[in-house]
Amino acid sequence: MIPLVINGKPQTVNLPGETPLLWTLRDELGLTGTKFGCGLALCGACTVHLDGQAVRSCITPLSAAANKKVVTIEGMGTDAVGTALQAAWVDMGVPQCGYCQVGQIMSAAALLKRTPKPTDTQIDEAMSGNICRCGTYTRIRAAIKGAAAKQGGTR
Amino acid sequence: MSPLVVANVSRRQFVQGLSLSGLVLAVGYPSTVRGQEAKKYGADAMPNGWVDNPLAFVSIADDGTVTIVCHRSEMGQGVRTSMPMIVADELEADWKRVRVAQAPGDEKRFGNQDTDGSRSTRHFFEPMRRCGAAARTMLEAAAAERWKVPVSQVEAKNHEVVHRATGRRLGYGSLAKAAASRPVPERQTLRLKDPKQFRYIGKGQTKLIDGRDIVSGKAQYGIDTRLPGMLYAVVARPPVYGGKVASFDAAEALKVPGVERVLQIEDSPPPAHFNPVGGVAVLARNTWAAIQGRQALKITWDDGPNAGYDSAAFKASLEQSARKPAKVARNDGDFTAAAASAARRVEAEYYIPHLAHATMEPPAATAQITNGKCEVWGCFQSPQATRDLVAKRLGMSADDVTVYVTLLGGGFGRKSKPDFAIEAAVLSRAVDGKPVKVTWTRDDDLHNSYYHTVSVEHLEAGVDAQGKPVAWLHRSAAPTIMSIFDPTAKHEMDIELGMGVINVPFAIPNVRIENPEAVAHTRIGWFRAVSNIPHAFAVQSFVAELAAAAGRDPKDFLLEVIGPARRVRPDTLGDTWNHGESPERYPVDTGRLRRVVETVARESGWGRKLPKGHGLGIAAHYSFVSYIAAVVEVAVNDKGVLTIPRVDMAVDCGATVNPDRVRSQMEGACVMGVSVAALGEISFKGGRVEQDNFNSYEVTRMAEAPRVIRVHIIPGDYSKPMGGVGEPGVPPIPPALCNAIFAATGKRIRRLPIRDQLKV
Repeated sequence: MIPLVINGKPQTVNLPGETPLLWTLRDELGLTGTKFGCGLALCGACTVHLDGQAVRSCITPLSAAANKKVVTIEGMGTDAVGTALQAAWVDMGVPQCGYCQVGQIMSAAALLKRTPKPTDTQIDEAMSGNICRCGTYTRIRAAIKGAAAKQGGTR
Repeated sequence: MSPLVVANVSRRQFVQGLSLSGLVLAVGYPSTVRGQEAKKYGADAMPNGWVDNPLAFVSIADDGTVTIVCHRSEMGQGVRTSMPMIVADELEADWKRVRVAQAPGDEKRFGNQDTDGSRSTRHFFEPMRRCGAAARTMLEAAAAERWKVPVSQVEAKNHEVVHRATGRRLGYGSLAKAAASRPVPERQTLRLKDPKQFRYIGKGQTKLIDGRDIVSGKAQYGIDTRLPGMLYAVVARPPVYGGKVASFDAAEALKVPGVERVLQIEDSPPPAHFNPVGGVAVLARNTWAAIQGRQALKITWDDGPNAGYDSAAFKASLEQSARKPAKVARNDGDFTAAAASAARRVEAEYYIPHLAHATMEPPAATAQITNGKCEVWGCFQSPQATRDLVAKRLGMSADDVTVYVTLLGGGFGRKSKPDFAIEAAVLSRAVDGKPVKVTWTRDDDLHNSYYHTVSVEHLEAGVDAQGKPVAWLHRSAAPTIMSIFDPTAKHEMDIELGMGVINVPFAIPNVRIENPEAVAHTRIGWFRAVSNIPHAFAVQSFVAELAAAAGRDPKDFLLEVIGPARRVRPDTLGDTWNHGESPERYPVDTGRLRRVVETVARESGWGRKLPKGHGLGIAAHYSFVSYIAAVVEVAVNDKGVLTIPRVDMAVDCGATVNPDRVRSQMEGACVMGVSVAALGEISFKGGRVEQDNFNSYEVTRMAEAPRVIRVHIIPGDYSKPMGGVGEPGVPPIPPALCNAIFAATGKRIRRLPIRDQLKV
């Protein structure tokens, strides 16, 4: 049994320790907001926060998440930065198909928590691990800046 | 279970709201000519046409909540917002009180559901308006009856019916039951709004219906379906098209913790159609266990006749074909004579490789069979075809198959092919009907796609003393999509030739279009904008090459080649398809093409002074009965690194329903066009795809994407035919980009992708 703290809630799962956090969240715990895109940390669709750091849950084994704080998109609704980003995403009509947007928001949230006033280069660096096939990048950038401004961080 | 709720919502709310009894469905009758001999166009020509019955699309609950059915699949184009917006506008519904229910696959009830070809808005704008207007009329009649006043004295306004004389009001909820029992008004009697009275259509203030769910992770995609007792499956598929399992050993796979069953899926010999390719499935307690189990399988494949497919060799063979006279697809004047007497000849050849859609959500479907009925959930662009083909494979009646459509995490044409749904259905049957979800991993998606074709485009021109073309030859050599239905098909179909190779409306007197044979060795499918991509790349690059040869400004030269404003019947260009639309209602309008070129030139500041290493490129293309022009600004540094500071696009798609989604589709098409041009390539060696994931099949990321994309929408008129939006933004981007690179560096790119061709 592996103990986990997911969105503030302690849980245990009975799975081999090498099972990726992604499939544990999606298949065992029913938290399907975190998406599968590549399985090799190449696309960012599966991004979650592990002790506040953005990680790709598709290559994060369960054993590495044991006793750490996991925050998924389902936990972002009570997070100030998370809600600011979600509001900006809706206001600016960022999503097209929307599939990658959860991972985009998780990466953006980690960025704004670390760097409340990101430059374009910092946004590029933080976000280039997240692919959007619909091509919403210009709006993602604008929404990050919009959320940062609302949070008091403008540049 | 969210997908079940989605499905039940419509059913339950139909019962609560308007009833379905006594209903005669109006299925796509030709609007002008009823004779059987008359050729049908537009939605009339699609399987099961259109339905404009409000009882199929609108329900109103006692509390006034209006539920509008969306029968088209949402994959990012915003259709779940724009279709219901049309109904809601004519219905005078308050958008805040509108819910959207997704239709299951049922074209008899809802009309055509194939969400492809950039058709949803232009085919369903009018039927959806009539749905809303009919429901509004029924509500008005119910209110008049209750007040015992003539219906002419009442008016529906913002979710209420108002009696003008007395100011009395009744909410839609309180009228719903009475309205539902009234006859549906005759189509001819409906009073449609004056477009000046539109409250949502064309306004752009309406937020995406699924926006909140998407950003909070609640939105349900095909891959998110969960059913009690469900098994998770992945499939090892033949790596070569037409190959099959020779033998396999499942012993090690069955030892993997969590793996429950290993089952062979019968192969489907070519033609591919939409059938699964067969293989060996591992069913497990979770997806990861299934993936581990699949890795432990020992499979010997019989590769079959395509084991020698090699992209480098195939390119050489296409080039050979493209350099010889071939089947003539269009012949105006006398190319040979005109070219022989021309002042100068110019020749160029372009190569565009196979591409994979690589939707962020890979194909995924879930099926279960209970009491002889099969239910399927998934990300389907063609829910009716999914239903029919699942039924056929299971030997069931389509009436016993229900297909629920989730959100699609990208479609781009891949999810029109329901091979993955059939896999889920046959696996469910093999485990006594238990629910089975099949998830494709990224390598599955790249290895077993329906690929965009590969092509060599050979162009020759004879130009006069001023450099203006007087003779034009275009040979397009590419395996056809038809090959997945007919293995003997070796020529591009009318619909492929009609995507920007024969229907190029240039003011050139001698034009010869030829189409050499090309044999398919993999599954060829449609990819967003389809054959327009290679054709526009070649044509719009070549025009720029001719401009350079003549020492002319590329924009002025392009306008000159397009010639004066005129409306050209597509059939006079040899195009009998015309994107399925009437040649009278949808001529090729060079005035509109000119206008997008002029607009984008003006808005982009064409001719402006640029920093060193920067360049502007222009291209324009007509496809999906819309006109798009793009100006790309590139910067190429001294190491040959390409960046794109800005792109301007001008779009004339006629009048718009949701201008913000037109804009977002152009932005997305722009990024996809950049990705196709800069990075996209699927290649084969030994019959196998060489790319496995996003490290070898690269796509454009944020840092390499255009920094600014400005979209300029030409205002349209709601009384005129509408054009497509989802696809036509892609084709002008690769040539505009390569023309910009030429302007910046003097280097002409004729082989895509650009990848490291600029590196110094």
